Amino acid sequence: MTSSAVTPLVERPDDAPPPAPRGRRRRRRTTDLTPVAGLGLGITMLWFSLLVLIPLLAVVVQASEGGWQAYWEALTSPQTAAALRLTVSQALLVTLVNIVMGTAIAWVLVRDRFWGKQFLEVVIDIPFALPTIVAGLVLLSLYGPSSPLGVDWANTRVAVFLAFLFVTLPFVVRTVQPVLIELEPEVEEAAASLGASRFTTFRTIILPSLAPAITSGAALSFARGISEYGSLVLLSGNLPYSTEVASVRILSYVEGDKLMEAAAVASILLVVALVVIVVLDIISRSVARHG
Amino acid sequence: MADSLTTSAAPTRPARGKVVTVRSRSPFRWVLRLIVIAYLFFLVIWPVTLVAKATFSRGLAPVLDALQQPEVIFAFKLTLSVAFWAVVINTAFGIVVSLLLVRYTFPGRRALSAMIDVPLSVSPIVVGLALLLVYSGRTGWIGGALESAGLQVIYAPPGIIMATAFVSLPLVIRELVPVLTEIGTDSEQAARSLGASPLQAFLSITLPAIKWALLYGVVLSLARSLGEFGAVKIVSGGVAMRTQTATLLVEERYQQFGPENTITAYTAALILALIAVLALVVVTSLRPKENSQ
Repeated sequence: MTSSAVTPLVERPDDAPPPAPRGRRRRRRTTDLTPVAGLGLGITMLWFSLLVLIPLLAVVVQASEGGWQAYWEALTSPQTAAALRLTVSQALLVTLVNIVMGTAIAWVLVRDRFWGKQFLEVVIDIPFALPTIVAGLVLLSLYGPSSPLGVDWANTRVAVFLAFLFVTLPFVVRTVQPVLIELEPEVEEAAASLGASRFTTFRTIILPSLAPAITSGAALSFARGISEYGSLVLLSGNLPYSTEVASVRILSYVEGDKLMEAAAVASILLVVALVVIVVLDIISRSVARHG
Repeated sequence: MADSLTTSAAPTRPARGKVVTVRSRSPFRWVLRLIVIAYLFFLVIWPVTLVAKATFSRGLAPVLDALQQPEVIFAFKLTLSVAFWAVVINTAFGIVVSLLLVRYTFPGRRALSAMIDVPLSVSPIVVGLALLLVYSGRTGWIGGALESAGLQVIYAPPGIIMATAFVSLPLVIRELVPVLTEIGTDSEQAARSLGASPLQAFLSITLPAIKWALLYGVVLSLARSLGEFGAVKIVSGGVAMRTQTATLLVEERYQQFGPENTITAYTAALILALIAVLALVVVTSLRPKENSQ
């Protein structure tokens, strides 16, 4: 919804724990928890485990219940494989569009000045704030059967693409924007005055500084894309082999009481989510290190 | 990052003014601006306004009728109470975890700070499935035991609250951690050395300093909680007048035949959208205050 909610840990100085003047080795082993803080840690960890860790572990355990063979069969059954292929390919496509359009939007919001720019700032966050089921309804009203444009993309793959595009709009914009604000225009002007073309300046000066932010935004938007469900319910028709995505596949397995198969597909989404978190962590650490 | 709006307003203004004078005549700039506005218009602005139009397509009367249906009233009441409890839990959890992450070192601290973000990138459907596998009364790991102790989680409000708390878990923490890191502990330690108890020091020194960040976190969590759909759909069962939240009502009514149901779906959707936009406006308009303090 706002910039900070969308952006990853890039700015979070996790790497700087409270300064401890002790040696590196000793610091790792000791803690400075007071009894009250220790109690707080215990209670919050208990809740975090009950709410997040144990349930996610249950997904992994359930997925492995039938052994490797059953796991593989669940994932490669034609309908599931088609759903996974569609989800990944559309999410990749949307991420590519977001890399280009998100950077362009961030650029316009930071460097351009025109009447109504503040309004666009709010518009960027709407997809993040809007309940996903409402997002589906919103897109349906312009691209569905009663569209004033005369198109009807409901129940087609275009609908899947549009839904992904809508819900992932803020990610690249909100990660690139703050970096662009920090970027000194003087450096670009210097490059331009030395004879660099606009394209050369963009490629050699701006793009390298934006690359970590664009990568973070792209990772977030890919993760959001493959896990999307709510906006598709009304929009895509969830037709097997055609517009059915991974989340819908999981849901229909759950409704058919095939929990092992559901957990198998879910484990794929879970792995992607974890990979994205690790990627973001690595990026934020390297950005923190190099300034 | 949290302050992209404020930062853009304050220190970069003069520099940006200069850029404008250098490049204002570039056609590239106009083309880019036009592309961006057109993109946002077709993707967000136009579709959102069409929903408002569709809601009132038959005038005001059906909308008012829709608002008086007991199912609609119940769904919004349930959504509000679920969101309230999820936000209360996440706020308490968020304050404690943020303090622990910023002020203490302990084994697993780094892992915890990474794991805190997991709920933001996990699919809502996976969240629902995960809770189902543990808390379902029939097949869950501990659901059966809880149920015989008299606590039904799945297909009942506790499960809906857990699903909602899960998906909005990191929002308060993400707002608090940067602010807590920035303010440090000097003032609080000074208060302690002057004889304040830890609780007094926290309430009179730290809480005022983090109150805006806390408020954004709460507003963000509230907006996210009111709109959760996928995770709630799995754990609630979606029975009207019992476990059907507002988002589930939108889905059910849209899929039913008849203009009344469609209008009801649009009305509920519009209310949810208005709350979301209101939350956005509150957050964006409150944010600059942090700087002027």
